Amino acid sequence: MDRDRPPTRSGPGFNRRDFLKGSGAAVTATALATAAHEEQAAAQEAARKLVPAAPQKVTLNVNGKDVTITVEPRVTLMNALRDDLNLTACKDVCDRTVCGACTVLLDGKPVYACARLAIECQGMKIQTTESLLQDGKADPVIEAFVKHDGMQCGFCTPGFAMAVRGFCTQHPGATLDDCRKGLGGNICRCGTYDGVLKAAYEVAQAAKKGG
Amino acid sequence: MAERTFSWPKQGEASLLGKEVPRVYDGPLKASGHAKYANDINTPGTLFVRLLTCPHAHAKISKLNVEPAKQVNGVKAVRVLRGEGAEIRWEGELIVAVAAERPEQAEDGLRAIEVAYEVLDHFVDEADLETAKQKDATRPAGANTKGDIDAGKQQATTIHEGFYGVPTITHMCLEPHGAHCEWKGEDQLTVHLSTQNVSGTAGQFAGPLGIPEANVRILCEYIGGGFGSKFAADEWGVACAQLAKETGRPVRLMLDRATELKIAGNRPSAFAKVTVGCNAEGKITVWDSVHWGTNGGLKGGTVSQAVMPYVFDPPNRRREAIGLLCHTGPDRAWRAPNHPQGCALTDTALTDLAAKAGIDPLTFFKKNLDLTNLPHIYGPELDIAARLMDWEAKWHPPGAGKGPVKRGIGLALHTWGGGAHNAQCQLKVHPDGSIEVAMGSQDIGTGTRTAIGIVAAETFGVPLTSVRVHIGSNQYPKAGPSGGSTTIGGVAGPVRRAGQTALWKIFDLVAAKYDVSADSLVAKDQKIWSNNKEVCTWKQAAALVGPMPLEVLGEGAKQDGLTSAQVGGVQMAEVAVDTETGVVRMIKMVAVQDMGLIVDRLTAKSQILGAMIMGIAYSLTEERIMDNKTGRFINADLANYKLPRIGDIGELVVELYEPADQYSRGVIGLGEPPVISPGAAISNAVANALGVRVPVLPLTPKRVLDALKGAKA
Repeated sequence: MDRDRPPTRSGPGFNRRDFLKGSGAAVTATALATAAHEEQAAAQEAARKLVPAAPQKVTLNVNGKDVTITVEPRVTLMNALRDDLNLTACKDVCDRTVCGACTVLLDGKPVYACARLAIECQGMKIQTTESLLQDGKADPVIEAFVKHDGMQCGFCTPGFAMAVRGFCTQHPGATLDDCRKGLGGNICRCGTYDGVLKAAYEVAQAAKKGG
Repeated sequence: MAERTFSWPKQGEASLLGKEVPRVYDGPLKASGHAKYANDINTPGTLFVRLLTCPHAHAKISKLNVEPAKQVNGVKAVRVLRGEGAEIRWEGELIVAVAAERPEQAEDGLRAIEVAYEVLDHFVDEADLETAKQKDATRPAGANTKGDIDAGKQQATTIHEGFYGVPTITHMCLEPHGAHCEWKGEDQLTVHLSTQNVSGTAGQFAGPLGIPEANVRILCEYIGGGFGSKFAADEWGVACAQLAKETGRPVRLMLDRATELKIAGNRPSAFAKVTVGCNAEGKITVWDSVHWGTNGGLKGGTVSQAVMPYVFDPPNRRREAIGLLCHTGPDRAWRAPNHPQGCALTDTALTDLAAKAGIDPLTFFKKNLDLTNLPHIYGPELDIAARLMDWEAKWHPPGAGKGPVKRGIGLALHTWGGGAHNAQCQLKVHPDGSIEVAMGSQDIGTGTRTAIGIVAAETFGVPLTSVRVHIGSNQYPKAGPSGGSTTIGGVAGPVRRAGQTALWKIFDLVAAKYDVSADSLVAKDQKIWSNNKEVCTWKQAAALVGPMPLEVLGEGAKQDGLTSAQVGGVQMAEVAVDTETGVVRMIKMVAVQDMGLIVDRLTAKSQILGAMIMGIAYSLTEERIMDNKTGRFINADLANYKLPRIGDIGELVVELYEPADQYSRGVIGLGEPPVISPGAAISNAVANALGVRVPVLPLTPKRVLDALKGAKA
């Protein structure tokens, strides 16, 4: 919707007359249309005609190794990791930068992989949660999550673990309150926050002692 | 020989059972993301599906042309699930599934579809009883009267009339519903299904696909949340298998977030008018309520009338439920079906009655415990909770605090069954002493593998590392669905029975070889003991089974005392309410929970903590918001469907109530009970802070300010 113009509806919410009129007239209104305004229908007609840019070679440095994949420029880092590289610790949950389940480290900083295009991450160091448990060697974050039971179903857990890894590296010695504030970017439905918090605090404190 | 009966170790003698045992089997895999969920299965050549869904609450498909989608680059198959002329009954119903090489291309395919709707009249306002009546959209959903209502009202010296409400919420499983399907040949199907029901879903694929049930392999090593919504194959699961068949490729079909929230289950709403009275002693003499709401799916149901009033059963009681026919997605079991709503509508009204009668709610609830079926549980639990909350120091008459930010405390109590479901296990003792247990069960967060491992390792006196656990496949012995807190008893019973049966056989072999009495033998610390004297090592004993493993089928559920049911539970909440902004902040929450014999203290506490946090969600932020004009679910995404984050939960205190007689009750499930009380406990805390009831959950800033405004007016 054009933000510079008032919406073409009266009062709060759609009114029934416009709603019915719109849906009757726009024969080709797509299922994505909210209420089949002609304006929207036109926009969607245009969207339908969009042709995605051709796939191209993209080289990503993932967990210390360069890998080259062939993807369209519109492919997100999340989908490239999941669908092309089978690195599914990066979870697809909200698909709109809300929940943190797709958190990876990009040059050491935690980011939502669903909010980045794969093509723009070339030349950066990408670290996925799988790297925290390789060849039987576990990062202290993994050990702390297990010890404090910072998981139930486990679906948000890799994203959370990566957020904790990034946060504790950046904030050694963080207090419980720091952890509460610094880890607000991840959502858990099972309610594992208590265990996650204890795990994060333990890792942050150990990081401080470790210098 | 003494009679051999199944039993748990004597209290205090267990080495693993009841201890804090981390998830050693799958914890590291979950935390590091190596665990594979249905949504992660990427076998070579997997196609991805995107779904065209209806944006209208009620409509007829007047035109549908999917041909253009078939021409889109990357699209391999297009399957129409509802064609021209089909009536759509709620927003989000599936119309077309497009399978493509990449998810982005499947979305291109969706955009190419030409579809038009004839929009029909809809009704989605679950709280609007009057309009529903005018539209003939109400259905009686049960009524029941006990005693004499008029007499009960006459006996009362204080009568409170109130309105309370709990809107619909969704399950919001972080892994959406869906499956990955792959065929071998014409009639062999492998399904990675995100399911709470590994052993019970094969037939739901086999039937519609026309293949023998024996040819369907259901796999679910991990499931990303279920909460009662994932018991079925569902039409989208079958569609996934059909697309895989049509394309000759593996296919993954998961619902997108919005569709997940719209059609894959929700918790029914209920809005209640309550009249409740007590006599001069504070004893409840009468309850009279009518509630209405919807369970969606044009089913005309609401929360069961049987939970009104909740837990308390006064001598004179009338209750009535009215279901609203709404064009909204159908409900599914939501963690402790009916109970959280019943509790939130009852314990709030009782607290308001206590306030009107000038009685502290703790005293009031205790006075009326004889109206419950677990007074011997609730009494001590209330005392423990009060001590942990420092109730006496913190409680004040409603609204008595000073300043713009007011503190308050509240309480609620609950009950649940949690008996074991039917399940079997195959247990093998290998000649080298290693142990294997296989069950067609699943881990919805319970820690099923760890629980099975604990019971097996405890039984044989070996470490957890000596036990391998297999779950998540229907090729293993059948296990019941994980719902209703039935899993922990469901797996613990059969594993203990199989373990003890195998151990007795091994004891007989040891007795024969070492010339000791089999009845005197004990397995502990990787050794076999007779009257505190070492007879042999566990490995030596296991070797006596011969070159092949000893196999035992363990059965359940049985009434042999290993498991039982029916727990209570008390929760107290403390909040700070900003009367200028309406924001409610959690300060502290206390849960005191009985649960029989504890298998794993660590994961048991996790269940309670998780339930409290889920309760904070539906108490303060979480609800489905329908736009009545368009019939749309307008916050069907994680940004606007608000869940608490790590800093929003305050201090959580969990106390496992375990006097000596709890252990002898055997194992009881506890997934559901602690999620029941938070709504009422938190609402009561807010009412105590403000001196005004915010009648409808969740207690958003707007609702808090509206209630304060209403009280002033």
